[in-house]
Amino acid sequence: MNLEILTPERKLYSGDVYGVQLPGVDGLFEVLEKHAPMVSALKPGKLKVLKDKGQSDIAVFLIQGGFVEVFHNKVTVLVEGAVPS
Amino acid sequence: MSGALKEVRNRIKSVQSTQQITKAMKMVSAAKLRRAQDAIIQMRPYANKLQEMLSNIVSNTEGELGGTLATERHVDRVLLIVITSDRGLAGAYNANIIKAAKAVIAEKYASQAAAGNVAIWNIGKKGYESMLKSNYKVDATFKDIFLDLRFETVQACAQAAVKAFEEKQFDLVEVVYSEFKNAATQRFVVERFLPIPKVKPAAKAKKSDFIFEPNKEELIAELMPKILNTQLYKAVLDANASEHGARMTAMDKASENANELLRSLKISYNRARQAAITTELTEIVSGAAALQG
Repeated sequence: MNLEILTPERKLYSGDVYGVQLPGVDGLFEVLEKHAPMVSALKPGKLKVLKDKGQSDIAVFLIQGGFVEVFHNKVTVLVEGAVPS
Repeated sequence: MSGALKEVRNRIKSVQSTQQITKAMKMVSAAKLRRAQDAIIQMRPYANKLQEMLSNIVSNTEGELGGTLATERHVDRVLLIVITSDRGLAGAYNANIIKAAKAVIAEKYASQAAAGNVAIWNIGKKGYESMLKSNYKVDATFKDIFLDLRFETVQACAQAAVKAFEEKQFDLVEVVYSEFKNAATQRFVVERFLPIPKVKPAAKAKKSDFIFEPNKEELIAELMPKILNTQLYKAVLDANASEHGARMTAMDKASENANELLRSLKISYNRARQAAITTELTEIVSGAAALQG
């Protein structure tokens, strides 16, 4: 599936990934291939990008709350501030 | 005679060095403009997606949504956020924005202004300096945003405005700024900031069984402030690009004027020089003639 992380200042991440872990307001959750369409609010926390199945290649971002939209295997994360960690 | 010559030469020198400065400023502004335009382009995907998400949620909901931020109230107190630049030498850029702000107060909010209920938040030093001389309530908390133009600083200003609106310090918030069209033209706009205009469902919204988490109402309540942050950020970025565009155009005109001036100065310099030579020749010739005589 395709993942995009957008901030007002720039596009932080874009590419095909295996899955992504997100800090939802109701708790941590993971989005994988063929997830149902969803819009969710995010709270500040860690966002983990799982680039492949083996979970060896992981990119972590510290985000300041935002939103995620999942639609037709395309995941868009909107955050106001994020730093790679 | 040589005194006049020297005077013209000095003027030419001073005009030339002025032209050097205006040319350099033009070049600097062109580079800054490119960067400012870049920032606008970088922000666009985020802003579009946010707006899309909102209209998407609204389209998937029946009935009205909004909350306090979208509720119209009787307008007793008005807040204007006026975005000008920190520096001058940008043609009529700052003067025009200040004029637009004053015009909107005179036209739309004359009664509130008479009661002393029009407040102004200035972003940018020039507007602040000019507004101080008027008798509006001027607040300079966010004047220095352009010193360090980042999303967070703009966000702080937007959130302060939202908070003041929620606490009923103001019933209406508008932003006065210059929308960026291209380097040569700016469009001065007065944009409604709060209350938020009603959102219409998008015509080509994604009709699908979305899972909304936590729920639509809370999502919208979360989205609204974010959209406002982005809206103000866009205004500030536009103003920034406009400023550099205006300065670039102004400096280009100034360089052109300097060229014109140099041309006419050179003509008078040559004329003066020729006059001096002619006088000298006449003197020599008449001197020689006197000796022979």
